[in-house]
Amino acid sequence: MENIFIKYSLLILFLPLAAFVIQIFFGKRLPRQGDWVSIGAISTTLVLAITMFVAMIMKDDPDFYQEASFTWLDMGDFEIRLGFLVDNITVIMLLVVALISTCTHVFSTQYLKGDIRYSRYFAYLGLFTFSMNGIVLANNLMSMYMFWELVGVSSYLLIGHWFEKDSAANASKKAFLTNRVGDIGFFIGIMLIYNAIGSFAFSDIFDGVSSGLIAGSTLTLAGIGLFMGAMGKSSQFPLHIWLPDAMEGPTPVSALMHAATMVAAGVYLSVRIFPILTPDALLVVAYVGGFTALFAASIAITQTDIKKVLAYSTVSQLGYMILAVGTGVYTAAFFHLLTHAMFKANLFYGSGSVIHSMHHALHEKHDHETDPQDMHNMGGFKDRMPITYWSMLFSTLAIAGVPLFSGFLSKDAILAGTLSFAQHHPAHFLLPVFGFAAAAMTAFYMFRMMFLTFHGKPKMPDIIDDIHESPKEMTGPLILLGTLSLFIWYTLPYFNPMSTHGWFTDLVVPSDSVVPGNPSAQQIEEGAHHAHHLAMYISIAVAVLGIFLSWFTYIKKGLSAQAWTDRFGFLYDWSFNKYYFDENYDKYIYQPSFRLAERVAWIDWELYDRYFINGFGRLTNWASKVTGKFDFDVIDQFIVDGTGRMAALFGRKLKTIQTGKLQNYVLYVTAGIIILMVIQSF
Amino acid sequence: MEHILSLLIWLPVMGMVAIAFIPREKEDLIRTSAAVTTGTQFLVTLLLWSAFDSQDGSMQFKEWAEWIPSFNIAYHLGVDGLSLPMVILTGMLFFIGVFVSWNIKKAVKGYFALFLLLNTGVMGVFLSLDFFLFYIFWEVMLLPMYFLIGMWGGPQREYAAIKFFLYTLFGSVLMLVGILGLYFYCGKTFDILELTRVAPEALGGILWWGMSAIKVIWVLLFIGFAIKVPVFPFHTWLPLAHVEAPTAISVLLAGILLKLGVYGIIRVNYGLMPDGVYWFSTALALLGLINVVWGGLCALAQKDLKKLVAYSSVNHMGYSLIGMAAVVAAGEAHGLNMKAAQAGLGGAVFQMFNHGTISAMLFILVGVIYERAHHREIEGFGGLATQMPIYTGITAVAFFAGLGLPGLSGFISEAMCFIGAFPVYKGIVIASTIGILLNAAYFLWAFQRIFFGELNEKYSDLPEINRMELFTVVPLLIITLFLGIYPAPYLDIISSTMDSIINHVVSFATFASM
Amino acid sequence: MDQLNNYLFIAAALFSIGLFGVMTRRNGIAVLMGVELILNAANINFVAFSHFGGMNLDGHIFALIVIVLAAAEAAVALAIVINIYNNLNTINVDEASRMKE
Repeated sequence: MENIFIKYSLLILFLPLAAFVIQIFFGKRLPRQGDWVSIGAISTTLVLAITMFVAMIMKDDPDFYQEASFTWLDMGDFEIRLGFLVDNITVIMLLVVALISTCTHVFSTQYLKGDIRYSRYFAYLGLFTFSMNGIVLANNLMSMYMFWELVGVSSYLLIGHWFEKDSAANASKKAFLTNRVGDIGFFIGIMLIYNAIGSFAFSDIFDGVSSGLIAGSTLTLAGIGLFMGAMGKSSQFPLHIWLPDAMEGPTPVSALMHAATMVAAGVYLSVRIFPILTPDALLVVAYVGGFTALFAASIAITQTDIKKVLAYSTVSQLGYMILAVGTGVYTAAFFHLLTHAMFKANLFYGSGSVIHSMHHALHEKHDHETDPQDMHNMGGFKDRMPITYWSMLFSTLAIAGVPLFSGFLSKDAILAGTLSFAQHHPAHFLLPVFGFAAAAMTAFYMFRMMFLTFHGKPKMPDIIDDIHESPKEMTGPLILLGTLSLFIWYTLPYFNPMSTHGWFTDLVVPSDSVVPGNPSAQQIEEGAHHAHHLAMYISIAVAVLGIFLSWFTYIKKGLSAQAWTDRFGFLYDWSFNKYYFDENYDKYIYQPSFRLAERVAWIDWELYDRYFINGFGRLTNWASKVTGKFDFDVIDQFIVDGTGRMAALFGRKLKTIQTGKLQNYVLYVTAGIIILMVIQSF
Repeated sequence: MEHILSLLIWLPVMGMVAIAFIPREKEDLIRTSAAVTTGTQFLVTLLLWSAFDSQDGSMQFKEWAEWIPSFNIAYHLGVDGLSLPMVILTGMLFFIGVFVSWNIKKAVKGYFALFLLLNTGVMGVFLSLDFFLFYIFWEVMLLPMYFLIGMWGGPQREYAAIKFFLYTLFGSVLMLVGILGLYFYCGKTFDILELTRVAPEALGGILWWGMSAIKVIWVLLFIGFAIKVPVFPFHTWLPLAHVEAPTAISVLLAGILLKLGVYGIIRVNYGLMPDGVYWFSTALALLGLINVVWGGLCALAQKDLKKLVAYSSVNHMGYSLIGMAAVVAAGEAHGLNMKAAQAGLGGAVFQMFNHGTISAMLFILVGVIYERAHHREIEGFGGLATQMPIYTGITAVAFFAGLGLPGLSGFISEAMCFIGAFPVYKGIVIASTIGILLNAAYFLWAFQRIFFGELNEKYSDLPEINRMELFTVVPLLIITLFLGIYPAPYLDIISSTMDSIINHVVSFATFASM
Repeated sequence: MDQLNNYLFIAAALFSIGLFGVMTRRNGIAVLMGVELILNAANINFVAFSHFGGMNLDGHIFALIVIVLAAAEAAVALAIVINIYNNLNTINVDEASRMKE
């Protein structure tokens, strides 16, 4: 019993990888394109994860902790050890990943039926599950970073599954690059910490921080650096831009990665590193999270694409979790991660079910123009797709924070923590305002989505007859996860819909921050406890308000959405266009970057190389011409040949006395003698 | 085993002689002989690896013979942890190179003869322990390269070849001056081991024109090597040479020849002038930063795929430079941080090997598509993923390796370079992490434009990558993947040698002499 | 008339006449005759110095040798001149310039 955690973790980690390898190499040749291989591997991990979970419950030990590591690379003094860490958080997270992953696999068998890259798709799902489990199990920052990037890649591959569409290809690239921006910060954070502490392992880092090896602004910077990684992956403002675009991927992928698990990795990281975050860093975290929660919710209100609504809702909910980490109630963040994973995945499955059905209906009509994801083309699906409807309704109630549902518990815990934080630090009163405002908006836009999709009159009556409930591979996960949106699963063995108290709170107990100056876990707990009732009342009130407004506008038609839109046109435009973030990033970041790159390349090639480097060539060429000229005209022609010419001239001149006539010579001799004699005589 | 190094060096010459006797029409025989020669050489390098004692950080399998006694020049060979991986890589890439150039149609005999001569030159540089011999091999390398680019290259081949030649010759000349300076001031010897012992102290205190002789020689040798690396601003020969060279030559150029620069700096500059390392390390890190950013930005703007890959080399070698600078961390000024020095220098050397495999792979893949489509314009493709799924998959792995994805070898070496240099050059390292983003940007953008989107009608009958091409790429892919998951085998080879280099640099650096 | 000077004057006169002949005449025979005169001027000097210088018969012996040599030289020279004449049909020494050209 003692060792099953490590052993099972290993299996859970590597089974999906094995599935990935098999699918990549043999997938196409296997019967059913090998989906059973992937499903088999993933459901085995689910069984293992459940076993671990049960073992954890039986152990009932909040301090349960196991670690195993090995030397990965060793250069003498410099070594990197990788390893596993299994504690209660890990086990819960593994279960979440395995459960959602299994549901996604099953759901995908129908959703992607007949897809041209069916086996490839399952392979990537396996890769993703492997990477995600790697993040969950990491006991050190280095392996976390490595799996972090691998998750990024599998996300890239899955978002770009339908890469024939430019929008999908762009979205996948955008997701990867935006994540990389965060990863830069992550890596800088790792380097700062490693530099000070000399280890990547969490346990060493906590020890190092508590013994003061790294403190003050360096630690704050390191914390913010690591948090940047979380911002990228969890799509926090201002790196939130990739997640809505990531909806270009198949809907089950959105459910698995861009709702439940991968985007939660950022939160998971924040939860893991919470003990080393300094008060300053925590403030940054809290504001980023709080602002994102409200900001994303305000965008979700006006979106018409059903998946975009869910995407912004995810961003907003992730903001909640980050806000919770920032205000110190990080176990609440993890709790919300857990509940959110269930109901948000379910919402995505539901939307997938709707889209799938819309797609088929439109296909029947040979209509390839109409957008199957636009809610303005839906309406009145309630009776056509009852399972989808009820399942989604449960999850919507959960996300809206209605009592009896899971979201209420976790959201309440977060809001209580936030409220308590503001009570202790009145200067930061904005944080709970963000939280409650976002809660109201969430209730509003989620019910707006439900009403537009399922209620009212069909907006496209001609297709309504072709709208059918999805097959059981798709409704199965819907029923399962819809059920898991109920509160009871999270509070067992207690039955109190108003309190989070249950197995979770028993097993996941906050630990003290190791940074001096941070309040202890107990202080935070007590503060949250005091704020609990107030937070609960307000959150129920805002949820009800939101739902009521939504009902009043879209069902009762007491308020005209159109009229409000016209009245606040510019606000609507801002929200509808996501505050023009993409446009502005494009205008002020991407385009200038490309221009810079082009300028640099131009300087490099056209200027530096052509004129400077080749200039040397040209200079040499010119110099050689000049010296060549000098060499020929001056040295050769003038000096060398000149000497010859001079000799010839003298020769010609002297030749004339060389008559060859002896008599002349005799005459010269005689004359010479006479001259000599004359000279002698003087 | 006694003359195994000589065997490695002269084997290709023997192959060349054999090819010289084969009639020029028997092209297949010529190719086969080249393959056999390089294949044998590769096997011998593996044999060398198996016999190599990785615990020993000094030179092994030494060979020594008198050559020109009057100038104290000897035929001195040896191999250590720094050169062994490069020797293996050389053996492998030349072997693969033969198959990459299998489709060369023009003057096959001449091509393979020069190819093997190049092999001898490269091998000789890695194995020489005599500076004079080193220089000779260095120059031997240049000549075949000139012809291989100039005769078998693309449309601008003559220009590219002469530019390459002059550029590198310029460096060689500076290097020669440096070598002679060392010769005359350090007891008239060319022996690198001897110089390593003598030079750090012998050069101390000598002033030339008011400058320390160490600085002068350091810079002379550095420029000579930097041109090969290529370090900004000596890099512009590279894109041109790469673009114009035939695929196999690009592979060798990026895979091995660039590494000679880094190898030379570590072997010579670090070994002979440790003071200079301290003096120059900040500049080295800065140059690394410039390489990373400049190379990355240039790559982002390229329209020609091969040029993009060429600039990615500039970018990647930048990481190596940053890592190399980290060696000073082990000094007292930085608290004897041996960890950082090992990570940095080890990372630099690892990066050199990884870039060797990854860029070789990238160039082969560019060659594959060029052979089919007859152009390399990134914008000119589109949607190839549906047409050539295997090629796409392999290219994806290669691109991801290039952008430093964990699980592939490039990540580890880049991370080690960063981690190593961080304690000493925080600002520079933080600035150069932008490279993480740039790498991803240019690779993914290019990948999208080539492979994603609707299939370009023109290429609806483009054939998939064939067996021969797979044979050249897959081994590199496996190495990249293996070392990415489990880098220990590589690091085991180098770590003792790295330690001895670091200790040498740290213990000999006196500062007093500067 | 038994003064050495007188002999010397005669010899000098003969030498000058001979030299003049050698230098000015174009006729080969005449040149030869000039040479004879020069030689004989020398002979006179030999004998005169021998006689007035108290040197026994040394001068006479030299004079005799010179006469013999002169005879031989005249024979050879005349043979050359005849050959020149035979070949060039002239005995003008200026025209015997084949070697120069």
